[in-house]
Amino acid sequence: MSVSTRATPPAAEPGASAVPADKPPAVALTEVSKAYRTGRGELLALDKVSMTIADGEFVCIIGASGCGKSTLLNLVAGLDRPTSGTVETGGRRVGLMFQEPALFPWLSAARNIELALRARGVPRQARRDITRELLHAVRLDGFGDKRPHELSGGMRQRVAMARALAQDADVLLMDEPFGALDAMTRDLLHDELERICAERMLTVAFVTHNVREAARLGDRVVVLSSRPGKVIAEFAVPRHGPRRIDSAEVAQLAATLTDQLREEMGRHGN
Amino acid sequence: MATDQALHGLDSLELSDAAPGESQAARLGRKAWAKTWPKLLAVALVLAVWQLFYLSDFRGDTADHLLQSPAEVLPNLWQQLQHGPLLQAIGNSMQRAVVGYALALAFGVVIGALVSRIPPLRAATGSIITGLQTMPSIAWFPFAIILFGATDATILFVIVLGSAPSIANAMIAGVDYTPPLLLRAGKVMGLRGLSLYWHLILPSSLPAFMAGMKQAWAFAWRSLMAGELVVQIPGVASLGVLLNSDQDQLDMASTISVMIVILIIGIVVDGLFSKADLAIRNRRGLLDPALA
Repeated sequence: MSVSTRATPPAAEPGASAVPADKPPAVALTEVSKAYRTGRGELLALDKVSMTIADGEFVCIIGASGCGKSTLLNLVAGLDRPTSGTVETGGRRVGLMFQEPALFPWLSAARNIELALRARGVPRQARRDITRELLHAVRLDGFGDKRPHELSGGMRQRVAMARALAQDADVLLMDEPFGALDAMTRDLLHDELERICAERMLTVAFVTHNVREAARLGDRVVVLSSRPGKVIAEFAVPRHGPRRIDSAEVAQLAATLTDQLREEMGRHGN
Repeated sequence: MATDQALHGLDSLELSDAAPGESQAARLGRKAWAKTWPKLLAVALVLAVWQLFYLSDFRGDTADHLLQSPAEVLPNLWQQLQHGPLLQAIGNSMQRAVVGYALALAFGVVIGALVSRIPPLRAATGSIITGLQTMPSIAWFPFAIILFGATDATILFVIVLGSAPSIANAMIAGVDYTPPLLLRAGKVMGLRGLSLYWHLILPSSLPAFMAGMKQAWAFAWRSLMAGELVVQIPGVASLGVLLNSDQDQLDMASTISVMIVILIIGIVVDGLFSKADLAIRNRRGLLDPALA
């Protein structure tokens, strides 16, 4: 199989994408740096990260601990401001999903979704219909009245996905969303996520530390270095129909990604 | 649709409850009994200790009827509940309790909301609120009596000062302990300002707030009883007035009867708060099903 590799930091030219680059990107980060003030001075979390995500592209971002993955998503979601550089989403709505479902425990599954609709000003009658449709989209028809604690971990994460979709997001940012789930559930949710993204033509930035997951899902995989976070490699994954997590194709890319990450971790051991 | 089928199968596997063994009625009966017997045991223990204390005759004055046995007091209580000013007194005292508590709730919520939202105010008043909470409410009476005289206002004033700090503190703590992850989720959703408060921070702080309300009730009830003993309003029957007159007449049976009434009211109201607290925690899955 052909995996195009570029092991140098992509400073200026975006590309290597499986999606044509003539349209303006959905997300563009230009020379983004983020420093945090700590007790002992400044901690540089991200160092001049430049990256674009095309419309409808599924980009996986992997990296070892301390690569600023979550910082990156916070910046794109607008929860935080970069110290320098620019983050542009061209006015697109951005939804964010966490490793924890972060559902409001006092609301039923349906009410959780409805609240997101309400926050963006959807009228009451429409809210009910859209909620039913979203519950169907994540295959949870009939579970709307359940409270989060009555659902399994995988089901909660699907409610969280429906809630993120309720924000009418064009761009879905996912911060290790399946990290806390068992392997079988995760595998099923990969299929679900793929279907939903295709149906809704979503642009996705998916952060994970699971190389197989990245290889399974991404149109493109971006590898970040640790402390500070920097783009050190990108892999475009050509699509030949749906992939399986246990396919040779995924295993091969996962092995390449693992080598890349080990090399990066080894750099910090000295 | 193989994925969908597998997903639905997994969902139902993970949600399947334990096998239903006994009937609904049998389960309810068992639960009711499990809740009742500890209370019956507690009452029996109190009566037993009281009876033993009576029999020990520690001052050698049983003959003078200074201390009386349950067998003498309980009929007295029954008698008072049927004839006499006890019911009237309970009504008056409860009315003060409810009005005072409602005022404390209103003041506590407003102060708590303001202090938790405005950092400088918080820095300035945080320790004052906690200080007020530790101040014994009876120490406020001289101040209040000089200010308001022997009136209802004095008693209500002290109830509010005694219990509002608990409400305010609970509110501040509840706001502080809003999980940061939920805050992030709320902000991504677009909740801002008042709607963030209404849809996220307030409901999230409800369990802590309930605990504060319960504590505030205990303070309010104590302040009320102290107030009714200290501030005698002529012509108005109240539990405190009854206690005072029973004391003057060395009527031990009536004194103990009124004390029992005060104790029972306190326990019953506390029980109501516990029930509300339990219901809230149950709704949020904060109860261990093995213990519920």
